[in-house]
Amino acid sequence: MKKEDNKKSIQDKLNTIKYNCDSKTHLKVEQKKCLKCREKTCTFICPANVYSTDEESGYTIVQYENCLECGACKIACPKDAIDWDYPDAGYGVIYKNS
Amino acid sequence: MDINFNADVIVVGAGPCGISASMSVALNGKKVVLIDKSQYAGSKNMYGGAVYDCALREVFKDEVDNLPYERIINSNSWTFLNDTGSFELKYKDNSLKNAYAIKRFNLEKWMIGIAKKNGVYYIPNTKVNDLIKKDGAVVGVETNLEKYYAPVVIIADGVNSMLAKKLNLRQKYTPKDMLLSAKETLKLDKKTLENRFNLSPDGKNGVCKMFFGGIEEYKDLFMMSFLYTFKDTIMLGVGASLQDLTKYKLNINELLDKIKLHPDISPLIEGSRTIEYSAHLIPETGYNKLPKLYTSGALLAGDASGFINSIHSEGTNFALISGKLAGESALFALENNDFSQSTLSIYKKKLDKSFILKDLYSYRNVIDKLHSRSKSLSFYYPKKIKEFFNIILSADCKSKSKHFRKFFFNFIKDRNIFEIIKDVFAFSKCALDVFFGR
Ligand SMILES: Cc1cc2nc3c(=O)[nH]c(=O)nc-3n(C[C@H](O)[C@H](O)[C@H](O)COP(=O)(O)OP(=O)(O)OC[C@H]3O[C@@H](n4cnc5c(N)ncnc54)[C@H](O)[C@@H]3O)c2cc1C
Ligand code: SF4
Ligand code: SF4
Repeated sequence: MKKEDNKKSIQDKLNTIKYNCDSKTHLKVEQKKCLKCREKTCTFICPANVYSTDEESGYTIVQYENCLECGACKIACPKDAIDWDYPDAGYGVIYKNS
Repeated sequence: MDINFNADVIVVGAGPCGISASMSVALNGKKVVLIDKSQYAGSKNMYGGAVYDCALREVFKDEVDNLPYERIINSNSWTFLNDTGSFELKYKDNSLKNAYAIKRFNLEKWMIGIAKKNGVYYIPNTKVNDLIKKDGAVVGVETNLEKYYAPVVIIADGVNSMLAKKLNLRQKYTPKDMLLSAKETLKLDKKTLENRFNLSPDGKNGVCKMFFGGIEEYKDLFMMSFLYTFKDTIMLGVGASLQDLTKYKLNINELLDKIKLHPDISPLIEGSRTIEYSAHLIPETGYNKLPKLYTSGALLAGDASGFINSIHSEGTNFALISGKLAGESALFALENNDFSQSTLSIYKKKLDKSFILKDLYSYRNVIDKLHSRSKSLSFYYPKKIKEFFNIILSADCKSKSKHFRKFFFNFIKDRNIFEIIKDVFAFSKCALDVFFGR
């Protein structure tokens, strides 16, 4: 499957989920480490496609609003660059049918 | 001590583990506070699909008769998928009544209702950010709102346990330690669902199907998929280790989309519509990477301790019972007014005696072995099974003996003899471990 197709597929599926979005991020990355990172694991491991790399600057873009709070990115990042936490109380994903 | 305790016990996390822990404390007349960060209990949690009667009854007794479940899972199958077909083992027993399909939102809501009725003080919408320590012992929790103090804190905050990390009870996880799972809840008309899965129209019974492999592109990838029937929805999910996903630079949703197209799965979900997508980790740390389960003033239980047997889809029962044992251990400490590490070590003894550490021990090598032989399991044997059945079913007007001989020689020729020996060794080691376990 093409990466783009998968991104679209994820986006369609994310549209089925209810969130209570916070106005500030709960996920922070150490951009210095990202600039040196070749693997870019976060950009393919995340089931919600939260991470992408800005082509121009090389920085990691974090779309924290889509996060499913699974914890995979934190463990898979080879540089331990993700300062991971759950969203604040009451915020984030709300599963009703899982 | 000059601390003003708000409660006898604080429990962090209102999943099955935390709710069970708080119940066992409250049932003994002690004051217990149960804290969860979610707005609605269960709304952060997902799983495959079934909770087990025995563990539920240990905690909720006869109330289980009123569990608002959707179906009783009484038909189970295990299927090895190859690219074009499958080999299936199935067991169905209409008298079975030990696994209930229920959504987490409804399960946790029901459990919380009973806990509150029994005196548990439940605080939703509140996140524990840290533990409060005094003289080396945990004496409370710091939340986004206020601080709560109690001489024992039971940590049941799930697989990513931030609190176990803060207390240094566990090591940092590595990609090998975790399976990532993604799931879709698929809506399907109830009648169509019942016809398709051969279920009686009284709407009570349901099926659970496990699938191994199915995507030949990634030969070393150990992948499991599951399907549960609910009332008018199907839960379809896949799981693979973070290590494998990283190796193939794969996204778990790609696997989910691929498996949905498999010729053995697509007819099962045809005409359905995705009404929710979800993802969660499953700990594979097991017995070999057991965290420290207790320290002065604190106990660790449920997924936060890696108590799970993913081979048998058992997790909620490990959570419920370890929570109960943690609650009982807290009561023991309260009785003796001693919350030291050595007093709380009774928790480990209780776990040792229960199925939790016994099963974790006897399955300690199974996952590792399955991963190490994943190529055989997901690729080689499914291929051989396909060849075997193609012979049996070919009716090609050729002598069967010749076919069988050819199959046998190919079986050995196609595979390095050492690989076969390694397979035999790995699989018998698993079987012996489990058979002669604790
Ligand atoms: C894909 C998948 C399929 C599964 N299938 C099955 C199955 O069919 N049957 C089965 O028995 N088991 C299954 N399991 C396992 C089962 O879901 C878990 O073992 C079980 O939910 C663990 O319960 P728990 O209470 O320990 O943790 P959880 O259910 O994860 O609950 C933890 C709770 O803690 C809260 N929390 C976390 N941190 C904080 C904090 N800092 N402050 C406040 N609250 C916090 C969370 O909001 C959450 O409610 C499956 C798991 C997965 C991922
Ligand atoms: S994998 Fe880690 S280091 Fe690499 S880009 Fe992503 S967050 Fe940065
Ligand atoms: S926690 Fe899971 S969903 Fe959230 S960003 Fe990390 S990998 Fe993606």
